[in-house]
Amino acid sequence: MTGTSTTNMPDAELQSPSGSGRARRLIGNAVSEYWIILVLAALVVGFSVLSPSFATVFNFKNILDDASLLLIMGVGQTYVMISGGIDLSIGSVLVFAGVVAGKMMGLGAGLGAPGTSNPVLITLALIVGVLSGGAWGALNGALVAFAKIPPLIVTLGTLGMAFGLAQIITGGDDLSGVSATLSNDIGLGTVLGVPILVIIAAVAAIVGGVFLAWSRFGTYTYAIGSNPEAARRVAIPINRHIIKVYILQGLLAGLAGILSLLHFTTTTIDSHGQDELAVIAGVVLGGTSLFGGYGSIVKTVVGILIPAVLASGLVIINVQPFWQTVVTGAILILAVYFDQLKRKTRARGT
Amino acid sequence: MLPPTPIPAVPSGQPSGGIAVKAPFLEAREISKNYGHVVALNGASFSAEQGEVVALVGDNGAGKSTLVKQLAGIEQPDSGHILIDGQEVKLTSPEVARHYGIEIVYQDLALAGDLNTPENMFLGREIRRGGVWGKMGFLNRPKMQAEAVATLARLGVTLKDPNVPTHSLSGGQQQSIAVARAVAFATKAVFMDEPTAALGVNQTRRVLDLIRAVRDAGTAVILISHNMPEVIEVADRIEVLRHGRRVARFRAEDATVSDLVAAMTGDLG
Repeated sequence: MTGTSTTNMPDAELQSPSGSGRARRLIGNAVSEYWIILVLAALVVGFSVLSPSFATVFNFKNILDDASLLLIMGVGQTYVMISGGIDLSIGSVLVFAGVVAGKMMGLGAGLGAPGTSNPVLITLALIVGVLSGGAWGALNGALVAFAKIPPLIVTLGTLGMAFGLAQIITGGDDLSGVSATLSNDIGLGTVLGVPILVIIAAVAAIVGGVFLAWSRFGTYTYAIGSNPEAARRVAIPINRHIIKVYILQGLLAGLAGILSLLHFTTTTIDSHGQDELAVIAGVVLGGTSLFGGYGSIVKTVVGILIPAVLASGLVIINVQPFWQTVVTGAILILAVYFDQLKRKTRARGT
Repeated sequence: MLPPTPIPAVPSGQPSGGIAVKAPFLEAREISKNYGHVVALNGASFSAEQGEVVALVGDNGAGKSTLVKQLAGIEQPDSGHILIDGQEVKLTSPEVARHYGIEIVYQDLALAGDLNTPENMFLGREIRRGGVWGKMGFLNRPKMQAEAVATLARLGVTLKDPNVPTHSLSGGQQQSIAVARAVAFATKAVFMDEPTAALGVNQTRRVLDLIRAVRDAGTAVILISHNMPEVIEVADRIEVLRHGRRVARFRAEDATVSDLVAAMTGDLG
């Protein structure tokens, strides 16, 4: 009796591990599942002990502020990666959306022009900016789903296309001149002391996390990444779902794009070349699988915050901040190693 | 060899010729299917009643999988008729087959291993919450779990924890879930393609028990298997395919392994 299947065996419970064994296994599972949260907690505690100026409201606000745009895009990337894909184009799509919105507002290149002050037109420009991100997502998704081109290649291609088109639209110079009111109200604004960017990122993470965990859309995302063949056999519309996931990522990159525009009052064309890597690293760092089927928004929040906390903490304790990328890279490799290890034991275990 | 079954020119909704013979639940007549120049089915016939286990056996390339694909709506035959309750039907897609209460259990790749048991059981037909939450696509997980556990229990399967990903379960348990999912929705007939191929002795025993339980619940079970002793043990009837045609039918209690092998290889007395 192998004790592996319990069909027709009401006494199968007898084969379960003893109470203490089960507890140990539960703790073991929790640690392997959430070790990355412990890493984040250790970093926060460590920096707080090392310097009194780390654990301040002001500093936490800065950390969250810095991480908010990456987190918004990380929510979309979590869906994409759980579905078994990857989206490299988000940094360029962010820039593209900002450029489209800035152009519609009538911002000027070079020294800048104040642009329109018509609130309707401004709102429209911001909406079109977000939607332009969604359009890139639709293109990515359609190429992945229907043309069956690997997502790595599709989004590497659209990365170049979106960035190039953004430069063509502006002639290569940043658009600037977002009105001080607009940027102060939204881009740099706060509600009850909390930056609006942080609030938007938090809403994106909560809504994204709730849908991923408890909706049919989320379940299909996991199913497609876990076993596309099984999903196809139960008649899940795989292609349509994949396109929706990439559109979601595109819309969120577009949202990050207009928020970036309002925050920095300029399109910051040349400042987002590392965004996609920072986001993907954060998502993977959190424990979402590069191979699909597994992950969560909570993990992504933690994974995005670790580099942000490192960057801030290292500056505060007077260590060269360049160490941040070194440490992040090392944890990233460790996270993927753990993921692979888990998959290997699983393959052997069945 | 069997004499060719007569084919009515029109779907026989009414009793044929006034003789009250009940049509079999699922019947295939003279099905042919070619893949390019390869003749996969050459006038194959098949029938299954509800409440019986019919084994479909044949050597590699005899056309078993091809016939199942036609009967489950995965492919459409080049010619021939498929009848359900005596009515000719066109199974243009697996969804249409499902609509008639026909499900398939595949021998592999059946479950999404990262999903838990209720999620897998209801994959593609999730139970949603009521009201506005349900419209937004939120799932009624408690109900899904209760129904999944109840369905498994009816088939004699208990799981320690239905909320763990199914990849952490044994092969036998995974197969049990795949079978349970199919029979939960297969109101009329369920195809099982080599359901025990990857399983150990004890696990195989439990899946065979499951097959009997499904049959006793009044469902037609069509078992595709290479394992002749197993076929004789669990099946009520056996139909043998060879070169894309049905060449023999046995009542399981009358058949021996050598009978079956002889029919499969064309070495009939």
